[in-house]
Amino acid sequence: MENQIVKQQVIRMESAEQLVIHKLRKRPRLGETFIQGFLFFCGAVSIFTTIGIVFELGKESLLFFQMPGVTLVEFLTKTEWQPTIGKFGVLSLINATLMTTLFAMLVALPLGLGAAIYLSEYATPRARSILKPVLEVLAGVPTVVYGFFALTTMTPLLRAIFGEQVQVYNTLSAGLVMGIMILPLVCSMSEDALSAVPRSLREAAYGLGATRLETAVQVVVPAALSGIIAAFILGVSRAVGETMIVALAAGSGPNFTFDPFQAAETMTGYIARISGGDVSYDTPDYNSIFAIGLLLFTSTLLLNVISRRLVARFREVYE
Amino acid sequence: MTETLEKQHLAIETRDMHLFYGHFRAVKDVDLQVIPQKITAIIGPSGCGKSTVLRSFNRMNDFVPSFHMEGEVLFHGQNIYATDVDPVMVRQRIGMVFQKPNPFPKSIYDNVAWGARINGFKENMDDLVEQTLRQAALWDEVKDDLRKSGLSLSGGQQQRLCIARALAVKPEIILMDEPCSALDPIATLKIEDLMRELSEQYTIIIVTHNMQQAARASDHTAFFTMDEDRAGIMVEYGETNQIFTNPRDKRTEDYITGRFG
Ligand SMILES: Nc1ncnc2c1ncn2[C@@H]1O[C@H](COP(=O)(O)OP(=O)(O)OP(=O)(O)O)[C@@H](O)[C@H]1O
Ligand SMILES: [Mg+2]
Repeated sequence: MENQIVKQQVIRMESAEQLVIHKLRKRPRLGETFIQGFLFFCGAVSIFTTIGIVFELGKESLLFFQMPGVTLVEFLTKTEWQPTIGKFGVLSLINATLMTTLFAMLVALPLGLGAAIYLSEYATPRARSILKPVLEVLAGVPTVVYGFFALTTMTPLLRAIFGEQVQVYNTLSAGLVMGIMILPLVCSMSEDALSAVPRSLREAAYGLGATRLETAVQVVVPAALSGIIAAFILGVSRAVGETMIVALAAGSGPNFTFDPFQAAETMTGYIARISGGDVSYDTPDYNSIFAIGLLLFTSTLLLNVISRRLVARFREVYE
Repeated sequence: MTETLEKQHLAIETRDMHLFYGHFRAVKDVDLQVIPQKITAIIGPSGCGKSTVLRSFNRMNDFVPSFHMEGEVLFHGQNIYATDVDPVMVRQRIGMVFQKPNPFPKSIYDNVAWGARINGFKENMDDLVEQTLRQAALWDEVKDDLRKSGLSLSGGQQQRLCIARALAVKPEIILMDEPCSALDPIATLKIEDLMRELSEQYTIIIVTHNMQQAARASDHTAFFTMDEDRAGIMVEYGETNQIFTNPRDKRTEDYITGRFG
């Protein structure tokens, strides 16, 4: 009698066990598999695109350097750029790029950092709620609009101040406006870095009788320095790669000059002009834009890598 | 006890102090008289407003937007919340050591020197750094490499560095909010010894959760608890000995004997 009950219980337990095993069994989840595949595809597209770009740039640049009369040394050391008559000194374009970038950063760094310090250390929630959206609007303005702004507002303004020596197209105007364009980027990245500085550090400073300014400038900014430098470098990378503003306002025609009031074509401006015009395939002009493109690509890539490294290092210190 | 207290000069005195976060009254009606050159401990259950009270003594709560207060906090007879008082000057005279060691990501030397420098210290900085590091009982451990980052020290060393940093500003009062809660027992005892030594020159107010610490290291103890409306109130204040051996209030007794419910 007792035995039977035990038996029955055993049987019941076994079937319960089977039920559990059945529940645990793997089952196909079609939807999930499909979405996983799709997401992988999305990732793969960007990777293959990058590889494709590098490959194409490399291949075409190789064509350029294989052309008669073109050497890498001349390319990187000479200052005159006139491919049609066999002058391949890319320095004039690089110089113009550096000039516009410098002017842009002269605007974007102090204003961007200043705004970031204001937002993270001083602003009341109300002031923040006004300033932040304004910066976002600034970041959303199409670059072609900035280009026209440079041409129709900034340049006349510069001419009003510095007189006729300011040419209609000039690197200063393009650079300054580019700085305004980059400002939101530098500001929001710097602000992230400043906000990531722990509150305890600010309290330590205030507890010693520091003012807000002393705390911000001498404690918070140094603690966030690598993040701020990263923002700066990313800003430089944006400035180097920016095309529309310089194409519209800096001038079309290579010119090796250090005069900010003169027109000078940047690397990006040159590429835009050549690829937009009707230059036939396999001419030095045409092939050269790939070499310049490769140069641009590597330098901005390098800047971005450095910037990422710095941000990563910053995270390590404070998280 | 109040009679004896009032005859003396007081380090800090609060009158009808109420502290609020927005509409929430975190602390109500505190009348506390802190004796100079003594160690005063503030004890009480979590959330009863100990930190809030401590931070109101050097206007650290100013940085909490929702914070406001009623009543007076007197320092040398002057209400530090009066409109013509500069909170920065208050904090120079009333320093603070925090629960978690928070050295600046600067060298040991600069950690100590920074506060003094911004407060216009013009004499020999090397001497000041050495002197305050000695006072904080840290000198022997760090003297070989003052250029090392303050963050590279151990937790206990960092906390002593923070104490040295506070001392370098030459405050009159040092507020400590659970300064040992992140430290092991040995480092804790070191800090307690240090407090004892410092109390010859400074007034120390310490918030602690550690009953033994309060009993061991303080001269006076204030016991806070929460009222029915969750506002913190000061239940009892007196000599530490009396509070721990012969509490007048049932709530104090329950708390220190661990019967807090
Ligand atoms: N910044 C703040 N904003 C709003 N309320 C706060 C803020 N800080 C503290 N409070 C509230 O005030 C009350 C007292 O907090 P306080 O930190 O002073 O307590 P405490 O006694 O120090 O507690 P603990 O022992 O846990 O540190 C709590 O109810 C808390 O929720
Ligand atoms: Mg607390």
